Amino acid sequence: MKYLCIVYADEGAFDAMSESEIATLDEESLANDEELRRSGHLILAQALQPVAAATTVRVRNGRMSATDGPFAETTEQVGGFVFIEARDLNEAILIAARMPMAKVGSIEVRPEFDLVKKVRERQATTDAPRP
Amino acid sequence: MSGADATREQIDAIYRAESRTVLATLIRLLGDFDLAEEAVQDAFLAATDQWPRDGLPGNPRSWLISTGRFKAIDRLRRRARFDAALGELATRLDQQSPDPAEIDRDQVDDDRLRLIFTCCHPALSPDAQVAMTMREVCGLTTEEIARAFLTSPPTIAQRIVRAKSKIRMARIPFEVPPKPDLPRRLDPVLRVVYLVFNEGYAPSSGESLTRPALCTEAIRLGRLLVGLLPDPETEGLLALMLLHESRRPARTSAKGELVLLPDQDRAAWNRELIDEGLALVARAQSADSVGPYAIQAAIAAVHAGAPTARATDWGRIVALYDRLLVAEPSPVVELNRAIAVAMRDGPEVGLELIDALMERGTLEDYHLAHSARADLLRRLGRMTASRAAYESALGLVRKEPERRFLARRISELSSLDEHV
Repeated sequence: MKYLCIVYADEGAFDAMSESEIATLDEESLANDEELRRSGHLILAQALQPVAAATTVRVRNGRMSATDGPFAETTEQVGGFVFIEARDLNEAILIAARMPMAKVGSIEVRPEFDLVKKVRERQATTDAPRP
Repeated sequence: MSGADATREQIDAIYRAESRTVLATLIRLLGDFDLAEEAVQDAFLAATDQWPRDGLPGNPRSWLISTGRFKAIDRLRRRARFDAALGELATRLDQQSPDPAEIDRDQVDDDRLRLIFTCCHPALSPDAQVAMTMREVCGLTTEEIARAFLTSPPTIAQRIVRAKSKIRMARIPFEVPPKPDLPRRLDPVLRVVYLVFNEGYAPSSGESLTRPALCTEAIRLGRLLVGLLPDPETEGLLALMLLHESRRPARTSAKGELVLLPDQDRAAWNRELIDEGLALVARAQSADSVGPYAIQAAIAAVHAGAPTARATDWGRIVALYDRLLVAEPSPVVELNRAIAVAMRDGPEVGLELIDALMERGTLEDYHLAHSARADLLRRLGRMTASRAAYESALGLVRKEPERRFLARRISELSSLDEHV
Protein backbone atom coordinates (compact mmCIF):
# COMPACT_ATOMS: atom_id res chain seq x y z
CA MET A 1 0.00 0.00 0.00
CA LYS A 2 1.22 3.49 -0.86
CA TYR A 3 1.47 6.33 1.65
CA LEU A 4 2.39 9.95 1.01
CA CYS A 5 4.49 11.34 3.85
CA ILE A 6 3.95 15.08 3.69
CA VAL A 7 6.70 16.95 5.51
CA TYR A 8 5.48 20.03 7.37
CA ALA A 9 7.75 22.50 9.12
CA ASP A 10 7.65 26.06 10.38
CA GLU A 11 9.92 27.80 7.90
CA GLY A 12 10.95 30.17 10.70
CA ALA A 13 12.42 27.21 12.58
CA PHE A 14 15.31 27.13 10.11
CA ASP A 15 16.22 30.73 10.99
CA ALA A 16 16.93 29.58 14.52
CA MET A 17 19.31 26.85 13.28
CA SER A 18 22.99 27.31 12.49
CA GLU A 19 24.48 26.72 9.00
CA SER A 20 26.06 23.47 10.13
CA GLU A 21 22.87 22.22 11.79
CA ILE A 22 20.97 22.81 8.55
CA ALA A 23 23.73 21.12 6.53
CA THR A 24 23.57 18.06 8.81
CA LEU A 25 19.78 17.91 8.49
CA ASP A 26 19.97 18.13 4.68
CA GLU A 27 22.59 15.39 4.46
CA GLU A 28 20.70 13.14 6.87
CA SER A 29 17.53 13.62 4.83
CA LEU A 30 19.28 12.60 1.61
CA ALA A 31 20.88 9.62 3.35
CA ASN A 32 17.47 8.56 4.66
CA ASP A 33 15.96 8.77 1.15
CA GLU A 34 18.81 6.60 -0.12
CA GLU A 35 18.19 4.09 2.66
CA LEU A 36 14.49 3.93 1.75
CA ARG A 37 15.39 3.46 -1.92
CA ARG A 38 17.66 0.52 -1.04
CA SER A 39 15.02 -1.13 1.16
CA GLY A 40 12.48 -0.83 -1.67
CA HIS A 41 10.12 1.51 0.22
CA LEU A 42 10.80 4.70 -1.72
CA ILE A 43 8.68 5.67 -4.70
CA LEU A 44 9.64 9.34 -4.86
CA ALA A 45 11.09 11.95 -2.50
CA GLN A 46 11.22 15.65 -3.17
CA ALA A 47 12.03 18.74 -1.15
CA LEU A 48 10.23 21.96 -2.12
CA GLN A 49 11.03 25.68 -2.34
CA PRO A 50 9.57 27.82 0.51
CA VAL A 51 5.91 28.89 0.31
CA ALA A 52 7.11 32.34 -0.82
CA ALA A 53 7.66 30.63 -4.19
CA ALA A 54 4.16 29.08 -4.23
CA THR A 55 1.28 30.02 -6.51
CA THR A 56 -2.27 28.77 -6.00
CA VAL A 57 -4.35 28.05 -9.10
CA ARG A 58 -8.14 27.78 -9.25
CA VAL A 59 -10.67 27.48 -12.04
CA ARG A 60 -14.15 28.76 -11.24
CA ASN A 61 -16.95 29.06 -13.80
CA GLY A 62 -14.41 28.43 -16.49
CA ARG A 63 -12.16 31.29 -15.38
CA MET A 64 -8.68 30.59 -14.16
CA SER A 65 -7.11 32.56 -11.36
CA ALA A 66 -3.54 32.29 -10.10
CA THR A 67 -2.74 33.90 -6.76
CA ASP A 68 0.36 34.35 -4.69
CA GLY A 69 1.09 32.06 -1.79
CA PRO A 70 -0.32 28.83 -0.42
CA PHE A 71 -3.98 27.98 -0.22
CA ALA A 72 -4.13 28.16 3.57
CA GLU A 73 -2.21 30.24 6.08
CA THR A 74 -0.89 27.89 8.77
CA THR A 75 2.06 27.97 11.11
CA GLU A 76 3.63 24.92 9.46
CA GLN A 77 4.14 24.76 5.71
CA VAL A 78 4.69 21.86 3.34
CA GLY A 79 8.41 21.59 2.82
CA GLY A 80 8.55 18.39 0.83
CA PHE A 81 7.16 14.91 0.50
CA VAL A 82 8.24 11.28 0.48
CA PHE A 83 6.00 8.84 -1.38
CA ILE A 84 6.50 5.32 -0.02
CA GLU A 85 5.30 1.76 -0.31
CA ALA A 86 4.64 0.15 3.08
CA ARG A 87 3.03 -3.05 4.34
CA ASP A 88 0.56 -1.19 6.54
CA LEU A 89 0.14 1.98 8.62
CA ASN A 90 2.44 0.68 11.35
CA GLU A 91 5.32 0.31 8.91
CA ALA A 92 4.51 3.70 7.35
CA ILE A 93 4.58 5.33 10.81
CA LEU A 94 7.96 3.73 11.60
CA ILE A 95 9.35 5.00 8.28
CA ALA A 96 7.98 8.51 8.90
CA ALA A 97 9.46 8.52 12.41
CA ARG A 98 12.93 7.84 10.96
CA MET A 99 12.75 10.89 8.69
CA PRO A 100 15.18 13.53 10.03
CA MET A 101 12.59 16.26 9.37
CA ALA A 102 10.28 14.62 11.94
CA LYS A 103 12.59 16.09 14.59
CA VAL A 104 12.10 19.64 13.25
CA GLY A 105 8.55 19.62 11.88
CA SER A 106 5.92 16.95 11.49
CA ILE A 107 5.10 14.27 8.96
CA GLU A 108 1.53 13.69 7.83
CA VAL A 109 1.08 10.09 6.70
CA ARG A 110 -1.71 9.85 4.09
CA PRO A 111 -2.82 6.51 2.66
CA GLU A 112 -3.35 6.21 -1.07
CA PHE A 113 -6.85 6.32 -2.47
CA ASP A 114 -7.45 4.05 -5.46
CA LEU A 115 -9.33 6.38 -7.79
CA VAL A 116 -8.92 4.02 -10.74
CA LYS A 117 -10.64 1.22 -8.83
CA LYS A 118 -13.43 3.55 -7.73
CA VAL A 119 -14.07 4.71 -11.29
CA ARG A 120 -14.01 1.11 -12.60
CA GLU A 121 -16.44 -0.04 -9.92
CA ARG A 122 -18.79 2.82 -10.77
CA GLN A 123 -18.60 1.91 -14.44
CA ALA A 124 -19.28 -1.75 -13.66
CA THR A 125 -22.53 -0.92 -11.90
CA THR A 126 -23.84 1.20 -14.80
CA ASP A 127 -25.09 -0.58 -17.90
CA ALA A 128 -23.64 1.78 -20.46
CA PRO A 129 -20.78 0.09 -22.29
CA ARG A 130 -17.48 1.92 -22.12
CA PRO A 131 -14.67 1.93 -24.60
CA MET B 1 -36.98 -26.62 32.78
CA SER B 2 -36.75 -28.57 29.52
CA GLY B 3 -33.43 -29.64 27.99
CA ALA B 4 -33.85 -27.07 25.22
CA ASP B 5 -34.36 -24.27 27.76
CA ALA B 6 -31.24 -25.32 29.60
CA THR B 7 -29.30 -25.27 26.34
CA ARG B 8 -30.61 -21.79 25.58
CA GLU B 9 -29.37 -20.59 28.96
CA GLN B 10 -26.02 -22.18 28.26
CA ILE B 11 -25.90 -20.37 24.91
CA ASP B 12 -26.57 -17.06 26.67
CA ALA B 13 -23.73 -17.75 29.10
CA ILE B 14 -21.41 -18.73 26.24
CA TYR B 15 -22.37 -15.55 24.42
CA ARG B 16 -21.44 -13.43 27.43
CA ALA B 17 -18.16 -15.26 27.98
CA GLU B 18 -17.05 -15.93 24.41
CA SER B 19 -18.59 -13.51 21.92
CA ARG B 20 -15.70 -11.00 22.13
CA THR B 21 -13.11 -13.74 21.80
CA VAL B 22 -14.91 -15.22 18.81
CA LEU B 23 -15.14 -11.71 17.32
CA ALA B 24 -11.40 -11.09 17.78
CA THR B 25 -10.44 -14.31 15.99
CA LEU B 26 -12.96 -13.70 13.20
CA ILE B 27 -11.56 -10.18 12.62
CA ARG B 28 -8.15 -11.77 12.09
CA LEU B 29 -9.51 -14.50 9.80
CA LEU B 30 -11.82 -12.22 7.78
CA GLY B 31 -9.76 -9.04 7.88
CA ASP B 32 -12.77 -6.80 8.43
CA PHE B 33 -14.55 -5.56 11.59
CA ASP B 34 -18.05 -5.29 10.14
CA LEU B 35 -17.93 -8.63 8.36
CA ALA B 36 -16.64 -10.27 11.56
CA GLU B 37 -19.42 -8.72 13.66
CA GLU B 38 -22.08 -10.01 11.28
CA ALA B 39 -20.36 -13.41 11.37
CA VAL B 40 -20.51 -13.50 15.19
CA GLN B 41 -24.24 -12.78 15.10
CA ASP B 42 -24.78 -15.39 12.37
CA ALA B 43 -22.80 -17.99 14.32
CA PHE B 44 -24.82 -17.48 17.52
CA LEU B 45 -28.05 -17.52 15.52
CA ALA B 46 -26.99 -20.89 14.07
CA ALA B 47 -26.15 -22.08 17.60
CA THR B 48 -29.63 -21.20 18.94
CA ASP B 49 -31.06 -23.12 16.02
CA GLN B 50 -28.87 -26.24 16.19
CA TRP B 51 -27.62 -26.74 19.73
CA PRO B 52 -31.01 -27.25 21.44
CA ARG B 53 -31.66 -29.98 18.84
CA ASP B 54 -28.20 -31.57 18.50
CA GLY B 55 -26.68 -30.74 21.88
CA LEU B 56 -23.65 -28.57 22.65
CA PRO B 57 -20.56 -29.20 20.53
CA GLY B 58 -17.40 -30.43 22.28
CA ASN B 59 -15.66 -27.09 21.83
CA PRO B 60 -18.32 -24.37 21.48
CA ARG B 61 -15.79 -21.60 20.80
CA SER B 62 -14.16 -23.41 17.87
CA TRP B 63 -17.61 -24.33 16.54
CA LEU B 64 -18.66 -20.67 16.66
CA ILE B 65 -15.47 -19.47 14.97
CA SER B 66 -15.65 -21.91 12.08
CA THR B 67 -19.42 -21.46 11.68
CA GLY B 68 -18.96 -17.67 11.69
CA ARG B 69 -16.27 -17.97 9.06
CA PHE B 70 -18.43 -20.12 6.78
CA LYS B 71 -21.39 -17.77 7.21
CA ALA B 72 -19.17 -14.81 6.27
CA ILE B 73 -17.95 -16.59 3.14
CA ASP B 74 -21.62 -17.31 2.25
CA ARG B 75 -22.48 -13.65 2.72
CA LEU B 76 -19.59 -12.56 0.49
CA ARG B 77 -20.66 -15.08 -2.21
CA ARG B 78 -24.20 -13.72 -2.15
CA ARG B 79 -22.96 -10.14 -2.44
CA ALA B 80 -20.55 -11.18 -5.23
CA ARG B 81 -23.52 -11.07 -7.59
CA PHE B 82 -23.21 -7.28 -7.34
CA ASP B 83 -19.47 -6.98 -6.75
CA ALA B 84 -17.12 -9.48 -8.36
CA ALA B 85 -14.24 -8.52 -6.05
CA LEU B 86 -16.15 -9.97 -3.08
CA GLY B 87 -16.37 -13.31 -4.88
CA GLU B 88 -12.59 -13.37 -5.18
CA LEU B 89 -12.28 -12.48 -1.51
CA ALA B 90 -14.70 -15.31 -0.60
CA THR B 91 -12.65 -17.80 -2.60
CA ARG B 92 -9.43 -16.62 -1.00
CA LEU B 93 -10.93 -16.89 2.50
CA ASP B 94 -12.28 -20.33 1.67
CA GLN B 95 -8.81 -21.53 0.68
CA GLN B 96 -7.17 -20.36 3.91
CA SER B 97 -8.13 -23.29 6.06
CA PRO B 98 -8.37 -22.70 9.78
CA ASP B 99 -9.45 -26.13 10.88
CA PRO B 100 -11.24 -25.63 14.23
CA ALA B 101 -8.64 -27.93 15.74
CA GLU B 102 -5.93 -25.49 14.67
CA ILE B 103 -7.46 -22.62 16.61
CA ASP B 104 -5.42 -23.10 19.73
CA ARG B 105 -5.47 -21.18 22.98
CA ASP B 106 -2.35 -19.07 22.38
CA GLN B 107 -3.66 -17.95 19.03
CA VAL B 108 -6.99 -16.95 20.57
CA ASP B 109 -5.28 -15.02 23.40
CA ASP B 110 -3.18 -13.21 20.80
CA ASP B 111 -6.36 -12.33 18.91
CA ARG B 112 -7.82 -10.67 22.00
CA LEU B 113 -4.64 -8.63 22.43
CA ARG B 114 -4.65 -7.77 18.71
CA LEU B 115 -8.18 -6.44 19.15
CA ILE B 116 -7.23 -4.26 22.15
CA PHE B 117 -4.14 -2.85 20.44
CA THR B 118 -6.08 -2.14 17.24
CA CYS B 119 -8.90 -0.36 19.10
CA CYS B 120 -6.31 1.72 21.00
CA HIS B 121 -4.14 2.45 17.97
CA PRO B 122 -2.55 5.91 18.36
CA ALA B 123 -3.69 6.81 14.83
CA LEU B 124 -7.29 6.81 16.14
CA SER B 125 -8.49 9.82 18.13
CA PRO B 126 -8.54 9.31 21.93
CA ASP B 127 -12.37 9.50 21.93
CA ALA B 128 -12.53 6.88 19.20
CA GLN B 129 -10.11 4.62 21.09
CA VAL B 130 -12.39 4.64 24.12
CA ALA B 131 -15.57 4.07 22.09
CA MET B 132 -13.96 1.26 20.06
CA THR B 133 -12.60 -0.48 23.18
CA MET B 134 -15.95 -0.34 24.97
CA ARG B 135 -17.82 -1.56 21.89
CA GLU B 136 -15.49 -4.19 20.43
CA VAL B 137 -13.51 -5.44 23.44
CA CYS B 138 -16.12 -5.04 26.20
CA GLY B 139 -19.12 -5.69 23.96
CA LEU B 140 -21.19 -2.76 25.27
CA THR B 141 -23.89 -1.38 22.99
CA THR B 142 -23.67 2.10 21.48
CA GLU B 143 -26.52 3.14 23.82
CA GLU B 144 -24.67 1.86 26.89
CA ILE B 145 -21.47 3.69 25.93
CA ALA B 146 -23.42 6.90 25.22
CA ARG B 147 -25.13 6.66 28.62
CA ALA B 148 -21.82 6.06 30.38
CA PHE B 149 -20.22 9.12 28.81
CA LEU B 150 -23.34 11.30 28.88
CA THR B 151 -23.41 11.75 25.16
CA SER B 152 -25.82 10.72 22.41
CA PRO B 153 -25.83 7.28 20.77
CA PRO B 154 -25.43 8.83 17.26
CA THR B 155 -22.23 10.59 18.45
CA ILE B 156 -20.77 7.30 19.69
CA ALA B 157 -21.96 5.44 16.59
CA GLN B 158 -20.30 8.03 14.38
CA ARG B 159 -17.01 7.73 16.28
CA ILE B 160 -17.07 3.97 15.82
CA VAL B 161 -17.94 4.16 12.12
CA ARG B 162 -15.15 6.68 11.53
CA ALA B 163 -12.63 4.61 13.46
CA LYS B 164 -13.49 1.46 11.52
CA SER B 165 -13.22 3.28 8.24
CA LYS B 166 -9.83 4.68 9.23
CA ILE B 167 -8.66 1.19 10.18
CA ARG B 168 -9.69 0.06 6.69
CA MET B 169 -8.52 3.08 4.67
CA ALA B 170 -5.16 3.63 6.33
CA ARG B 171 -4.65 -0.13 6.74
CA ILE B 172 -4.11 -0.26 10.49
CA PRO B 173 -2.91 -3.84 10.95
CA PHE B 174 -4.62 -6.30 13.28
CA GLU B 175 -1.54 -7.21 15.29
CA VAL B 176 0.19 -7.09 18.65
CA PRO B 177 3.04 -4.60 18.27
CA PRO B 178 6.55 -6.08 18.18
CA LYS B 179 8.52 -6.00 21.46
CA PRO B 180 10.50 -2.76 20.80
CA ASP B 181 7.25 -0.92 20.05
CA LEU B 182 5.34 -2.36 22.98
CA PRO B 183 6.03 0.30 25.65
CA ARG B 184 4.93 3.11 23.31
CA ARG B 185 1.86 1.19 22.15
CA LEU B 186 0.90 -0.01 25.63
CA ASP B 187 0.59 3.60 26.86
CA PRO B 188 -2.66 4.44 25.05
CA VAL B 189 -4.12 1.03 25.98
CA LEU B 190 -3.51 1.64 29.69
CA ARG B 191 -4.71 5.22 29.33
CA VAL B 192 -8.01 4.06 27.78
CA VAL B 193 -8.55 1.48 30.53
CA TYR B 194 -7.77 4.03 33.27
CA LEU B 195 -10.00 6.63 31.61
CA VAL B 196 -12.90 4.18 31.55
CA PHE B 197 -12.24 3.45 35.23
CA ASN B 198 -12.05 7.11 36.20
CA GLU B 199 -15.21 7.94 34.31
CA GLY B 200 -16.87 5.29 36.48
CA TYR B 201 -15.14 6.20 39.74
CA ALA B 202 -15.49 9.97 39.45
CA PRO B 203 -17.68 10.90 36.47
CA SER B 204 -16.43 14.12 34.85
CA SER B 205 -19.86 15.68 35.08
CA GLY B 206 -23.42 14.91 36.06
CA GLU B 207 -25.42 14.04 39.11
CA SER B 208 -24.22 10.59 40.12
CA LEU B 209 -21.16 10.04 42.30
CA THR B 210 -20.01 6.86 40.56
CA ARG B 211 -20.94 4.65 37.61
CA PRO B 212 -20.00 1.21 38.94
CA ALA B 213 -20.54 -0.56 35.60
CA LEU B 214 -17.64 1.35 34.05
CA CYS B 215 -15.33 0.48 36.97
CA THR B 216 -16.26 -3.17 36.59
CA GLU B 217 -15.51 -3.09 32.86
CA ALA B 218 -12.17 -1.33 33.39
CA ILE B 219 -11.11 -3.83 36.06
CA ARG B 220 -12.19 -6.69 33.80
CA LEU B 221 -10.01 -5.21 31.03
CA GLY B 222 -7.15 -4.72 33.50
CA ARG B 223 -7.37 -8.38 34.57
CA LEU B 224 -7.46 -9.47 30.93
CA LEU B 225 -4.35 -7.41 30.17
CA VAL B 226 -2.46 -8.70 33.21
CA GLY B 227 -3.39 -12.25 32.20
CA LEU B 228 -2.30 -11.80 28.60
CA LEU B 229 0.60 -9.39 29.00
CA PRO B 230 2.13 -9.39 32.47
CA ASP B 231 4.08 -6.14 32.72
CA PRO B 232 4.83 -3.98 35.79
CA GLU B 233 2.76 -1.07 34.48
CA THR B 234 -0.17 -3.29 33.52
CA GLU B 235 -0.06 -4.84 37.00
CA GLY B 236 0.35 -1.37 38.51
CA LEU B 237 -2.74 -0.09 36.72
CA LEU B 238 -4.85 -3.08 37.80
CA ALA B 239 -3.63 -2.66 41.39
CA LEU B 240 -4.42 1.05 41.31
CA MET B 241 -7.97 0.38 40.09
CA LEU B 242 -8.56 -2.40 42.64
CA LEU B 243 -7.32 -0.26 45.55
CA HIS B 244 -9.51 2.68 44.51
CA GLU B 245 -12.47 0.40 43.94
CA SER B 246 -11.98 -1.09 47.42
CA ARG B 247 -12.89 2.31 48.93
CA ARG B 248 -16.08 2.76 46.97
CA PRO B 249 -18.44 1.59 49.75
CA ALA B 250 -16.95 4.23 52.09
CA ARG B 251 -16.81 7.04 49.56
CA THR B 252 -20.52 7.84 49.69
CA SER B 253 -22.52 8.62 52.80
CA ALA B 254 -25.94 7.12 53.46
CA LYS B 255 -27.39 10.32 52.05
CA GLY B 256 -25.36 9.95 48.87
CA GLU B 257 -22.85 12.66 49.74
CA LEU B 258 -19.12 12.54 48.96
CA VAL B 259 -16.90 11.39 51.85
CA LEU B 260 -13.21 12.32 51.58
CA LEU B 261 -10.43 9.83 52.29
CA PRO B 262 -9.58 11.05 55.85
CA ASP B 263 -13.24 10.83 56.91
CA GLN B 264 -14.01 7.42 55.40
CA ASP B 265 -15.02 4.43 57.52
CA ARG B 266 -12.07 2.16 56.76
CA ALA B 267 -13.89 -0.92 58.06
CA ALA B 268 -16.18 -0.54 55.04
CA TRP B 269 -13.29 -0.90 52.58
CA ASN B 270 -13.36 -4.11 50.54
CA ARG B 271 -10.60 -6.33 52.02
CA GLU B 272 -10.64 -8.81 49.15
CA LEU B 273 -9.90 -6.14 46.55
CA ILE B 274 -7.22 -4.63 48.81
CA ASP B 275 -5.44 -7.98 49.19
CA GLU B 276 -5.50 -8.56 45.44
CA GLY B 277 -4.23 -5.01 44.86
CA LEU B 278 -1.44 -5.25 47.46
CA ALA B 279 -0.13 -8.49 45.96
CA LEU B 280 0.04 -6.82 42.54
CA VAL B 281 1.78 -3.75 43.98
CA ALA B 282 4.43 -5.98 45.56
CA ARG B 283 4.96 -7.75 42.22
CA ALA B 284 5.15 -4.49 40.23
CA GLN B 285 7.58 -2.91 42.73
CA SER B 286 10.06 -5.75 42.29
CA ALA B 287 10.51 -4.82 38.61
CA ASP B 288 13.68 -3.14 37.37
CA SER B 289 12.00 0.11 36.44
CA VAL B 290 8.80 1.32 38.03
CA GLY B 291 6.39 3.43 35.97
CA PRO B 292 3.69 5.97 36.87
CA TYR B 293 0.84 3.46 37.35
CA ALA B 294 2.89 1.23 39.64
CA ILE B 295 3.96 4.27 41.70
CA GLN B 296 0.38 5.53 42.01
CA ALA B 297 -0.67 2.01 43.02
CA ALA B 298 2.07 2.03 45.67
CA ILE B 299 0.63 5.31 47.02
CA ALA B 300 -2.85 3.79 47.13
CA ALA B 301 -1.33 0.77 48.90
CA VAL B 302 0.05 2.99 51.70
CA HIS B 303 -3.46 4.37 52.26
CA ALA B 304 -4.95 0.87 52.12
CA GLY B 305 -2.54 -0.30 54.83
CA ALA B 306 -3.11 2.62 57.22
CA PRO B 307 -5.56 2.07 60.09
CA THR B 308 -6.49 5.78 60.17
CA ALA B 309 -5.73 8.90 58.12
CA ARG B 310 -3.54 10.22 60.95
CA ALA B 311 -1.58 6.96 61.22
CA THR B 312 -0.77 7.01 57.50
CA ASP B 313 2.92 6.88 56.60
CA TRP B 314 2.93 10.35 54.99
CA GLY B 315 6.72 10.33 54.70
CA ARG B 316 6.51 7.29 52.44
CA ILE B 317 3.73 8.94 50.42
CA VAL B 318 5.84 12.10 49.90
CA ALA B 319 8.77 9.91 48.79
CA LEU B 320 6.53 8.10 46.30
CA TYR B 321 5.24 11.42 44.92
CA ASP B 322 8.87 12.48 44.46
CA ARG B 323 9.38 9.37 42.32
CA LEU B 324 6.15 10.03 40.45
CA LEU B 325 7.33 13.56 39.65
CA VAL B 326 10.39 12.08 37.98
CA ALA B 327 8.41 9.44 36.08
CA GLU B 328 5.58 11.73 35.02
CA PRO B 329 6.04 15.40 35.96
CA SER B 330 2.79 17.40 36.17
CA PRO B 331 1.42 20.28 38.24
CA VAL B 332 -1.36 17.98 39.54
CA VAL B 333 1.25 15.54 40.89
CA GLU B 334 3.06 18.49 42.51
CA LEU B 335 -0.22 19.54 44.10
CA ASN B 336 -0.80 16.06 45.51
CA ARG B 337 2.75 16.00 46.82
CA ALA B 338 2.15 19.35 48.54
CA ILE B 339 -0.98 17.94 50.21
CA ALA B 340 1.05 14.94 51.47
CA VAL B 341 3.77 17.29 52.73
CA ALA B 342 1.07 19.24 54.62
CA MET B 343 -0.01 16.00 56.28
CA ARG B 344 3.59 15.17 57.21
CA ASP B 345 4.95 18.62 58.18
CA GLY B 346 1.82 20.65 58.94
CA PRO B 347 -0.56 22.85 56.95
CA GLU B 348 1.76 25.90 56.92
CA VAL B 349 4.49 24.10 54.94
CA GLY B 350 1.92 22.63 52.55
CA LEU B 351 0.27 26.00 51.99
CA GLU B 352 3.60 27.57 51.04
CA LEU B 353 4.14 24.88 48.42
CA ILE B 354 0.63 25.24 46.99
CA ASP B 355 0.86 29.05 46.87
CA ALA B 356 4.19 28.80 45.00
CA LEU B 357 2.60 26.28 42.60
CA MET B 358 -0.43 28.48 41.95
CA GLU B 359 1.75 31.51 41.30
CA ARG B 360 3.02 29.67 38.22
CA GLY B 361 -0.56 29.91 36.93
CA THR B 362 -1.01 26.36 35.61
CA LEU B 363 -3.46 25.26 38.30
CA GLU B 364 -5.57 28.43 38.26
CA ASP B 365 -8.59 26.66 36.72
CA TYR B 366 -8.21 23.43 38.68
CA HIS B 367 -10.88 23.36 41.39
CA LEU B 368 -9.02 20.82 43.53
CA ALA B 369 -6.05 23.22 43.87
CA HIS B 370 -8.39 25.86 45.31
CA SER B 371 -10.17 23.40 47.60
CA ALA B 372 -6.83 21.98 48.85
CA ARG B 373 -5.71 25.53 49.65
CA ALA B 374 -9.04 26.19 51.34
CA ASP B 375 -8.67 23.06 53.46
CA LEU B 376 -5.18 24.06 54.66
CA LEU B 377 -6.32 27.64 55.42
CA ARG B 378 -9.24 26.22 57.39
CA ARG B 379 -6.86 24.03 59.41
CA LEU B 380 -4.72 27.13 60.09
CA GLY B 381 -7.82 28.95 61.40
CA ARG B 382 -7.79 31.53 58.59
CA MET B 383 -11.52 31.21 58.01
CA THR B 384 -12.16 34.22 55.72
CA ALA B 385 -9.35 33.28 53.35
CA SER B 386 -10.48 29.66 53.48
CA ARG B 387 -14.04 30.58 52.53
CA ALA B 388 -12.80 32.68 49.61
CA ALA B 389 -10.72 29.73 48.35
CA TYR B 390 -13.69 27.35 48.68
CA GLU B 391 -15.75 29.84 46.69
CA SER B 392 -13.10 29.91 43.93
CA ALA B 393 -13.25 26.11 43.85
CA LEU B 394 -17.05 26.17 43.73
CA GLY B 395 -16.93 28.48 40.71
CA LEU B 396 -14.80 25.97 38.81
CA VAL B 397 -16.30 22.61 39.81
CA ARG B 398 -18.31 20.68 37.22
CA LYS B 399 -19.42 17.64 39.18
CA GLU B 400 -22.64 17.90 41.09
CA PRO B 401 -21.62 15.83 44.18
CA GLU B 402 -18.41 17.85 44.56
CA ARG B 403 -20.38 21.07 44.15
CA ARG B 404 -22.63 20.04 47.04
CA PHE B 405 -19.57 19.09 49.12
CA LEU B 406 -17.96 22.51 48.61
CA ALA B 407 -21.23 24.33 49.26
CA ARG B 408 -21.52 22.40 52.54
CA ARG B 409 -17.99 23.42 53.61
CA ILE B 410 -18.72 27.07 52.80
CA SER B 411 -21.91 27.05 54.84
CA GLU B 412 -20.04 25.41 57.76
CA LEU B 413 -17.44 28.19 57.63
CA SER B 414 -20.16 30.86 57.40
CA SER B 415 -21.91 29.55 60.50
CA LEU B 416 -18.53 29.51 62.31
CA ASP B 417 -18.06 33.18 61.38
CA GLU B 418 -21.36 34.09 62.99
CA HIS B 419 -20.43 32.39 66.24
CA VAL B 420 -16.89 33.75 66.54
